[in-house]
Amino acid sequence: MKFLVCISNVPDTTTKITFTPDNKEFNKAGVQFVINPWDEYALTRAIELKEAQGSGTVTVLNVGEADTEPNIRKALAIGADDAIRVNAHPKDAFFVAQQIASIAKDGGYDVILMGKESIDYNGFQVHGMVGELLGIPTVAPAMKLDMSGNTATLEREIEGGKEIVEVNTPFVASCQQPMCEPRIPNMRGIMTARTKPLKVVEPTADAARTEVAEYALPPKKQGVKLIPAESAGELIKLLRNEAKVI
Amino acid sequence: MSVLVVVECDGGEVKKSSLEVASYGSQVAQLLGTTATAVAVGEATEANLAKLGEQGISKVLYDAEPRLKDFVNGAYTKLIAAASQKEDSKVIVLANSNIGAAVGSRLSIRLQASLATNVVELPKTDGGSFSVKRGAFSGKAFADVKLDGERKIIAVKKNSIEALHETGKTAQVESFSAQLSDADFADAPKQVVMQDQAGGILLPEADKVVSGGRGMKGPENWHLIEELAQALGAATACSKPVSDVDWRPHHEHVGQTGITVSPNLYIACGISGAIQHLAGVNSSKVIVVINKDPEAPFFKAADYGIVGDVFDVLPKLTQAVKELS
Repeated sequence: MKFLVCISNVPDTTTKITFTPDNKEFNKAGVQFVINPWDEYALTRAIELKEAQGSGTVTVLNVGEADTEPNIRKALAIGADDAIRVNAHPKDAFFVAQQIASIAKDGGYDVILMGKESIDYNGFQVHGMVGELLGIPTVAPAMKLDMSGNTATLEREIEGGKEIVEVNTPFVASCQQPMCEPRIPNMRGIMTARTKPLKVVEPTADAARTEVAEYALPPKKQGVKLIPAESAGELIKLLRNEAKVI
Repeated sequence: MSVLVVVECDGGEVKKSSLEVASYGSQVAQLLGTTATAVAVGEATEANLAKLGEQGISKVLYDAEPRLKDFVNGAYTKLIAAASQKEDSKVIVLANSNIGAAVGSRLSIRLQASLATNVVELPKTDGGSFSVKRGAFSGKAFADVKLDGERKIIAVKKNSIEALHETGKTAQVESFSAQLSDADFADAPKQVVMQDQAGGILLPEADKVVSGGRGMKGPENWHLIEELAQALGAATACSKPVSDVDWRPHHEHVGQTGITVSPNLYIACGISGAIQHLAGVNSSKVIVVINKDPEAPFFKAADYGIVGDVFDVLPKLTQAVKELS
């Protein structure tokens, strides 16, 4: 079975967010980039399923410029077999979805996995767009994924519960915990990743439908008002009379 | 060309987040000089749908096909696309929920529409451009996003828009069929498992949340969290380490890779406030932190704080809430 795992390159979760002086772009200076944490669930689960099946391939796909390659190599070190980088700045979700759909169509992948959303743009859009572009089902967000032949059983999270869904390949799923325990690369993985194929291709479509006009930081908190532990009950009065939230 | 609003219903009732979405949609309609029509999904009653008039909705389309009671991505997408064609809608508004995101992203391709999710404010429409403000970087920033093209889809973040309540106004409920076929139900659930909610309050929909971290020392102490939550009418939540060791179920985990909540009140008990946890809660309106460590980073993000032992403080708070009513 052929798995395609889409990963994005995002600022580390502890990054202090700042923007370029015109507020149009994220300020990358000095920032450590990581594989999007949600995508790690997709990657590890694909590798686990391939191992369980005893055959097949896991291909990692990233839409990004050359600076994303360290994290693509990391995905190869975790256990993917090969990688494709679409050499383009990911303009928006629609732009990225078109690239993924094009690669998926040409490559004949059975299962297309990605994280629920990226922790930078928080779009939660690409999965459905790819499914619709390819005319195949999307299960989002998926908390569990098992395969039996060409049929997948997934748990789809809905507000307040979950649905057990069965779909046949090909399909798209956007993954989240507790799907698996994301793996970290071991030394052997890191060594073999260096020689695994990483193909760079140019984007097939150029259209985007949205554009960030400006980023802004949230207003600063005014500072915490401390209430002595002995008179903890005072807090409840403040929440009612001052903050007016209860 | 009315604005189309997707309202999610459950057990006959319109979800709170959908009342906000309806209010958002009717205000967009006003901005554009048109009316707002809703299309309802899930299990709804005609009386509750008619009450959407209070949120400024003129008409509600409802397909009573029984298989639409549960979420089916394919069928919901087709139903909403059909409704948008019937209404010739240029703007579709839905909730930034799991259902809203799953359907909205497919619709954006089918209808060739631009899509913005996680939207927190009404759109700005100066000089022919159409832009919305949305949350980005896991609550650490906002982005003003321009939406191109003739059609736009907006997914509204929960608890960012005040629901309108114009008492006495009613919407006209119309039955509507999208002519769904079996193929549209390919991803229909084999089974639906609902969580056992403490006090019946769903975490993603909650106004108030009481959350516990490792400082609670063990699952046997969770009754302290639950008692305060029950007194307040709040949902309960937890930090990632707590769900990782199975003190609490995964669906209660708020944070970067868990649920993002934006309640009016978030009370964190024995949670130090790692940046990944803050990412899930930092758009809460009022944050209260209770921690015995005065250096806990969470205090920097808090509005109110108590430096003290949760085992001592929580019962006092529960008592004080009971004395209020």
